[in-house]
Amino acid sequence: MIELVSKSRCIECNLCVSVCPTNVFDSVLNGAPTIARQSDCQTCYICELYCPVDALYVAPQSDRQTTVNEAELTATGLLGSYRENVGWGSGRTSTAKTDQTFQLLKHLK
Amino acid sequence: MSKNQFESQESSITDFDPNLAADVLVIGGGPSGTWAAWSAAASGASAVLVDKGYCGTTGCAAASGNGVWYVPPDQSLREAAMASRETLGGFLSNRHWMARVLEQTYTNVNQLAEWGYPFPTDDEGKPYRRSLQGPEYMRLMRKQVKKAGVKILDHSPALELLIDQDGAVGGAKGINRRTGRRWAVRAQAVIIATGGCAFLSKALGCNVLTGDGYLMAAEAGAEMSGMEFSNAYGISPAFSSVTKTLFYNWATFTYEDGTEIPGAGSQRGRSVIAKTLLTQPVYAILDRATEEMRVAMRVAQPNFFLPLDRAGIDPFTQRFPVTLRLEGTVRGTGGIRIVDETCATSVRGLYAAGDAATRELICGGFTGGGSHNAAWAISSGFWSGQSAAEYASLLGGKANQRRLEGVGEAALQSKSSGANTLATDEVIQAVQAEVFPYNRNYFRTERGLSASLDRLHSLWQEIRTSRVVADNEIVRAREAAAMVATARWMYSSALERKETRGMHKHEDYPQLDPNQQHYLLSGGLDKVWVKAQPLGRGAEDRGKGEIFQSKILDSTSKIGVAL
Ligand SMILES: Cc1cc2nc3c(=O)[nH]c(=O)nc-3n(C[C@H](O)[C@H](O)[C@H](O)COP(=O)(O)OP(=O)(O)OC[C@H]3O[C@@H](n4cnc5c(N)ncnc54)[C@H](O)[C@@H]3O)c2cc1C
Ligand code: SF4
Ligand code: SF4
Repeated sequence: MIELVSKSRCIECNLCVSVCPTNVFDSVLNGAPTIARQSDCQTCYICELYCPVDALYVAPQSDRQTTVNEAELTATGLLGSYRENVGWGSGRTSTAKTDQTFQLLKHLK
Repeated sequence: MSKNQFESQESSITDFDPNLAADVLVIGGGPSGTWAAWSAAASGASAVLVDKGYCGTTGCAAASGNGVWYVPPDQSLREAAMASRETLGGFLSNRHWMARVLEQTYTNVNQLAEWGYPFPTDDEGKPYRRSLQGPEYMRLMRKQVKKAGVKILDHSPALELLIDQDGAVGGAKGINRRTGRRWAVRAQAVIIATGGCAFLSKALGCNVLTGDGYLMAAEAGAEMSGMEFSNAYGISPAFSSVTKTLFYNWATFTYEDGTEIPGAGSQRGRSVIAKTLLTQPVYAILDRATEEMRVAMRVAQPNFFLPLDRAGIDPFTQRFPVTLRLEGTVRGTGGIRIVDETCATSVRGLYAAGDAATRELICGGFTGGGSHNAAWAISSGFWSGQSAAEYASLLGGKANQRRLEGVGEAALQSKSSGANTLATDEVIQAVQAEVFPYNRNYFRTERGLSASLDRLHSLWQEIRTSRVVADNEIVRAREAAAMVATARWMYSSALERKETRGMHKHEDYPQLDPNQQHYLLSGGLDKVWVKAQPLGRGAEDRGKGEIFQSKILDSTSKIGVAL
């Protein structure tokens, strides 16, 4: 589930509020959005892709809350790791372009 | 209504005229809805697309990605592609429809390439177009739909359909989840592209898929088909939502003590996993993937590894607990019955596409691996958009001055006054308790199905007689009603299919019965009905004779595997 909106990173663009399919966030006047309906989060990781500054963290546990530590997430490189791994964002190459599914299917018996 | 009138409006989320009119209204903005809206617009119609979430990120394809049934126009390749799934599907699919879908999908996927989808090239340097990464694909679809002049309303779930005095569909009403404002769209034709129903199981990207379109269509008089084929379950790490299954083809499944579970597997051995999970945990490790494959796997499906990386698990060397999450009709095959090649439903002015429509025509009772699903969404979306546009132009602009009436009832109107307010969350938990358990839904028995149905019917009564909830809960209440309705069609159909066919596993009747090689139609709200329907007439008959003969089960076919 979504666990973090980093206040220090957020540039208040409200993209996450718009793109979340299950309407989890609420925008805040002159502030970072709040996680208003956490239990509605479907753990799809989409908001992370659209956040331009890697301010969001979706924890892998889909059925329960967990506590996260921003400094630790930054240190381990997990903040923004999905965007990086899919090659999403300007200056990156989408992994769609380098998708090797055809190689894998050769191994399918 | 001219297209330009829509183009001028900027914000798709909160800032729009709550009373719009268009030639075609598309409900749902996943692959099928976006292809529908695009093709309606390309056919000259003005179109509005409404989505419960945000078109471009919502729906299961956006979150997950799709392998696509993309087969070059080579007679023998296409024959093999069609033959490969007929046995799995229980001989309910139809060659004529499969051929149409293969052809249309090929054309439209090539169109994606023209639009700039970044397809990779294979080791011979040729473009490889059988796999679509979800976020990229759906971002592109949103862009193309907007470019075509379609007006998109995001965060705007439809709540009910509008019909005219002759019973033809003429639009829909809904609510904007962010502003709480109600909206209405008048349209000559409406396309239901709301996806399947996964009962809020948190399977990847599926929590927007609660069967809303089935309920709305049924209220307008439409029928379902194949609702017994509604028990698809996806494998995921036990703690996670990510039901991406392809890589489990290289997994070893073990018990708690580390010994291998005999017969367990991703494709054919999934029921062994389900049986085991009934009594004990199941673990997986992807130890059958070679070093070289491991690198390719990470690039092919970054989202498969995401939860594992974050949980500190290396799936190639460490085993992790897995579960099966219900995907219902999302990767099942049942849905709204379509009556002809235009993807029309039995109600005038109403079309259905993608997971919302039955997929039996190309898959029968089992999707096996995916690919067909994406192909169906693309093709049926495209056809429904085109035909809805045609129908709208025949009807003419005057149609939008018809007197219309909302036909939604459950959770929108109460049959009795003064009762308790609907306890939405309790209803949802109650319906989940009937459809999630493997020993009710994966493995079905007459006793189990009947007992579930009794409870589901009383849940329906509760919904019908409870006091209507406030506007801020109305979407969830309608979802609850849609899930209960869906479960009732599912289990009523399952009771009627007294055999095992496709994904429908009936413990009391474990064999396929040649006398039940027919479709099961279902419908009804306060009273549910089910009836058998012969396989096909006219154009559909062409495939029929071949069906029992082509028992070539090509399990090595690489065309069409689930991602
Ligand atoms: C994990 C996973 C992996 C998959 N992998 C494959 C694969 O490899 N190959 C394959 O072929 N298929 C695959 N599928 C299936 C495939 O993604 C679907 O068949 C496809 O997305 C169907 O498209 P659709 O547009 O019909 O539905 P969806 O993509 O589900 O879109 C439905 C849309 O309707 C909207 N909606 C719902 N209710 C309402 C309402 N009341 N009002 C307005 N809008 C509403 C939703 O927000 C959503 O945007 C996979 C599915 C899952 C879950
Ligand atoms: S993970 Fe998905 S559902 Fe959860 S907050 Fe992000 S976008 Fe919304
Ligand atoms: S998308 Fe990122 S930067 Fe924009 S509002 Fe959300 S958290 Fe802040």
